[in-house]
Amino acid sequence: MQKEAAIRQPLILGDNVTCKKISDDIIKPIEGKAPRSWYIAFSIAAVMFLWGIGCLAYTVGVGIGTWGSNNGVDWAWDITNFVWWIGIGHAGTLISAVLLLFRQKWRMAINRSAEAMTIFAVMCAAIFVVLHTGRPWLDYWLFPLPNAFGSLWPNFNSPLLWDVFAVSTYFTVSLVFWYIGLIPDFAMIRDRMVKPGMKKFYKILSFGWSGRVKDWNRFEEVSLVLAGLSTPLVFSVHSIVSMDFATSILPGWHTTIFPPYFVAGAIFSGFAMVQTLLLIMRKVFRLEHYITIKHIEYMNIVIIVTGSMVGVAYLSELFISWYSGVEYEAYAFLNRATGPYMIAYYAMMTCNVISPQLFWFKKIRTNLHLTFILSIVVNIGMWFERFVIIVPTLCRTFIPSTWNMYSPTFVDVGIFIGTIGMFFTFFLLFARFFPVIAQAELKTILKSSSEQAHKQSTSGGHH
Amino acid sequence: MSKNIINAIYGDDEVVLNAAKKLRSAGVTIREIFSPYPIHGIEAVLGVKKTRLATCAFLYGITGTLLGTLMMWYMMINDWPTIVGGKPNWKYFYNMPAFIPITFECTVFCAAHGMALTFLLRSWILPGVSPKNPDPRTTDDKFCVQVEAEPAQVDSVIAKLKESGAEEVKVQS
Repeated sequence: MQKEAAIRQPLILGDNVTCKKISDDIIKPIEGKAPRSWYIAFSIAAVMFLWGIGCLAYTVGVGIGTWGSNNGVDWAWDITNFVWWIGIGHAGTLISAVLLLFRQKWRMAINRSAEAMTIFAVMCAAIFVVLHTGRPWLDYWLFPLPNAFGSLWPNFNSPLLWDVFAVSTYFTVSLVFWYIGLIPDFAMIRDRMVKPGMKKFYKILSFGWSGRVKDWNRFEEVSLVLAGLSTPLVFSVHSIVSMDFATSILPGWHTTIFPPYFVAGAIFSGFAMVQTLLLIMRKVFRLEHYITIKHIEYMNIVIIVTGSMVGVAYLSELFISWYSGVEYEAYAFLNRATGPYMIAYYAMMTCNVISPQLFWFKKIRTNLHLTFILSIVVNIGMWFERFVIIVPTLCRTFIPSTWNMYSPTFVDVGIFIGTIGMFFTFFLLFARFFPVIAQAELKTILKSSSEQAHKQSTSGGHH
Repeated sequence: MSKNIINAIYGDDEVVLNAAKKLRSAGVTIREIFSPYPIHGIEAVLGVKKTRLATCAFLYGITGTLLGTLMMWYMMINDWPTIVGGKPNWKYFYNMPAFIPITFECTVFCAAHGMALTFLLRSWILPGVSPKNPDPRTTDDKFCVQVEAEPAQVDSVIAKLKESGAEEVKVQS
């Protein structure tokens, strides 16, 4: 049996935690009635979602002329939101894949909901890429299909096509990774469920899992190999997203720093979103024993690291724009900092560079209220980052006669609100009907990393 | 002559591991062990071979690399060569840097999905399949060791199971 040093902080708190208690705690929100707060939150999210569907239908019916995008600023809120959402998704894969490869046990309490967040965030991101083509019913042209319009194929030199492949691979692989992890937990719910209808539902979802030796053997191998495949995948996805900008010749976009800077930013915003969701979830579902302050602190440490990387990237961009001696490059950054959208620039700098540095103080990074507030601040900052990269750059390009201002219309705002609504609608449904903690995995560390195990080993008792 | 199947329920993974060792050395045939989470080390005791799924994933990955390369070669070089942004497209090799991202994505796509499908099919874990665990508690907190015994030996096997720490022993009808 694996033993752990007693000075290490336990990952499962409480004195009488048994496997049965873990199952009980995870099945409680599924079996019982949802609290009133769940219904209120769900209604708000669903209304936002419906409003978004309305704006989406309006866009499809009338065209993207309903958006604020114009001839100069042809990418605006759509791509800002796409990059923002896809970045948020990255934390889920990082937690479930990279932390699995590094054998970080604290991943086990949070990976399930983080992966769910990934999947919903990528779905939100997909809405924007699907719509921004203008005629979404022709989006199948993006796929390498033989067609009747001539012998044309999609252009494999284009980062936009790389994006199609990267995002669809990322989405499907994350979905499979998430679902395979869910199977044993669905089986637990199936075997515990009393209501016949629900039992049948979970029986179908659990694929007839019975926990045989060979099944577990294969299950662990599949998880490990999928983690190994997802790790380079997650880095590739946001690198490719950044290449949508970096392979163009616009000053402010044409920089080699973009891939690492985007990946760090993605993990940064993703962890902030995980914090926002988990801080509420652990409270509502009373999961404080499993998602402990230590987990929150670990995630805040990741936020400091990635936030500092983002800060360094901002500063090196600024430095290089001056040091390169390219006047267009210098102007692009001067325009960001002093031009018409300077408010967005300073919002980005404050939220992304300064605010995560507060987590150096242990008091702040273990304070749940402050963590919650800062996690939202970080996500606002990361939204502004994408806005600053896209809009101020496009509104001041090489030819002054193309200079244009951009302001969003209610449709732009509506679709964005709609995706937030969709994200929370799906997440609330997930929290209500799916096991929110990977209980089978958590049970494996009960004997080594729980508070009671530490107490036993310090008191010299048998293990 | 058909053999009897006996299910023994245990409450702890280490007890199961030791029990499996003892039962094996006592000559009892263990058909299967059902557990709520993986018991590390049990494969060696039962003589279950190491899974070859990782090798499968590698082979699927190579297939994905080849399929992706073939697709891009056919579309960009062979069928309708186009020069975009001055990138040379008269030989695959000259423009390979631009094809690397999609080659990588195809590799990962095929490796991940191929392996996941192989796992589900080989273990026959599919929608609509009925679970095989004899006791519903084995997905929660109990472990079930399922053994085979000749009708004449049932009693002695039950005694051995109880001795090894089984909480309950039931002969499957």
